[in-house]
Amino acid sequence: MIRYALVRLAQGIPVLLIVASVTFALLRFLPGGPFDREKALPPEILRNIEARYHLDEPVFKQYLRYLADLARGDLGPSYKYVGRDVVQILREAFPVSVKLGVAALALACVGGICAGLVAAMYRGSGLDRGLMLLALLGVSVPSFVLGAALVLGVGLWLGWLPAALWEGPLYAVLPAITLAALPTAYIAQLTRTSVIDVIDLDHVRTARAKGLSELRVHLRHVLRNALLAVVTYFGPLLAVLLTGSFVVEQIFAIPGIGRFFVTAVTNRDYPLVLGVTLLYGLLVVLANLAVDLLYAWLDPRIRLGGREA
Amino acid sequence: MNRLGWLGAALLLVLVFVALLGDGVTAYRFHEQDVEHTLEGPSANHLAGTDALGRDLLARTAQGARVSLLLALSSTLLALAIGVLYGGVSGYLGGRVDAWLMRGVDVVYSLPDILVIVLLMEVFQAGLTGVPDLYRRLLALGLALGIVGWVSVARLTRGLVLQAREEAWVEAARALGVGNRRLLLRYILPNISGPLLVTATFRIPAAILAESTVSFLGLGIQPPFASWGVLASDGFAAMRSYPHLILFPSLAILVTLVGFHLLGEALREAIDPRGRA
Repeated sequence: MIRYALVRLAQGIPVLLIVASVTFALLRFLPGGPFDREKALPPEILRNIEARYHLDEPVFKQYLRYLADLARGDLGPSYKYVGRDVVQILREAFPVSVKLGVAALALACVGGICAGLVAAMYRGSGLDRGLMLLALLGVSVPSFVLGAALVLGVGLWLGWLPAALWEGPLYAVLPAITLAALPTAYIAQLTRTSVIDVIDLDHVRTARAKGLSELRVHLRHVLRNALLAVVTYFGPLLAVLLTGSFVVEQIFAIPGIGRFFVTAVTNRDYPLVLGVTLLYGLLVVLANLAVDLLYAWLDPRIRLGGREA
Repeated sequence: MNRLGWLGAALLLVLVFVALLGDGVTAYRFHEQDVEHTLEGPSANHLAGTDALGRDLLARTAQGARVSLLLALSSTLLALAIGVLYGGVSGYLGGRVDAWLMRGVDVVYSLPDILVIVLLMEVFQAGLTGVPDLYRRLLALGLALGIVGWVSVARLTRGLVLQAREEAWVEAARALGVGNRRLLLRYILPNISGPLLVTATFRIPAAILAESTVSFLGLGIQPPFASWGVLASDGFAAMRSYPHLILFPSLAILVTLVGFHLLGEALREAIDPRGRA
């Protein structure tokens, strides 16, 4: 298991290298540098700045320099925030995004699985229909619409919860709900479908015949199988959460990675954009690894290495 | 198709109608200013109220339907074209080619959409030098959306082709001397068109959502064009005092996305009962 994990981790390195190279190429060949101003800078100053950030060197040399720095865990200085380097910015912003993301993830898993299970147990009832209508709304509503509605309704009109900023646990409630809405709804739909698929299988009938209570049958024998489908969604789920964080952090003025990324793109702060992209690439590689391991653990038929017995 | 599916289809029909007419569904042009009546809530004259420049919000939302829908449809077509070709070839050839092609897809697939769209937009804007400034951003966004959507279509197509390839009728066709290209295009493709159609129905709302999100962040469409995302973004800034500014564009997006999802689910049930898509 550990060996397998290490091999898979090593396979992620070329992926990261490709992501780094492609992003570097994309951004370096774009017109318009970070030091373009409405009013042009005097050429000698511009030259100085470019020398300071090695922008006057041949592109290939810049690329090698970037990779060498990368290997040392140095993502270079930010072009926009003078005197701070990218790693420093990411280190400050990342914990904020992680807290928000984990809260949303927990909310989505618990809420989605419960809702899906209940809907499947009472298939066809009013409760089922109500839950699935909610789920339909959940997958349809854009996060900026839901976020705006929550800010306006709960934050400003009712005044129950803080509508913006990041100064304590209470500040995380509305953003976490906004971020979790889409994955919760999707997980609920997924769980309901796969529970219904499993519910008529032989081993479930046997469990019932043994006289187990209905709740126990569902928790022990149905849900375990149904969870496999949910686990396969964890990979894309990370991308969904990251995409959502761009919007949610913007709406609630949260100083996380997503917010820095949006400003970095507008400012053409190349090193910061690259840094965020790489960090997300790393997260994705790790998440996929975690999903594979979790999958192997949940389903003993799947031998490590991806072959099915 | 079930009743909810028809409801979705009806909603979308209205939407297409509005998108075709644009601001013609109201008595105002989308850029026309009524300086006597700025930032007014809904009234008999302006059914959805006016913005800070006195422009009719209903006219702007209707015009936004045109931009949002046009972008979503064209990028979905692009995504289908690339995805079906790429995935089809990958699945049909199989083996090492397939493994390499799919490795590339996996990387793009697992990165967050918005990140890829924003990066691609920058590239296209730099590359499309022959296009007038006004349309360059629009075109760049359309291309970026198509390229992001392409990946999931490729994955689906590959899986379907892999399955179809093993079936007896494909073997029979091959035994009769049907060539590779003809087999893929004339035999396999028509057979998997059902799930592909269902996927397309889900790609369109995904494109609308992605476009409006990017535009909401201020990284997508820019004036003079206004998509729903741009309108919502403008409305968000003044939300506390003038909630109608964000209400109407948001409603438009929500109703559209619900419509597409209803139609998609119904189509899935009707033409793809095995749940392949």
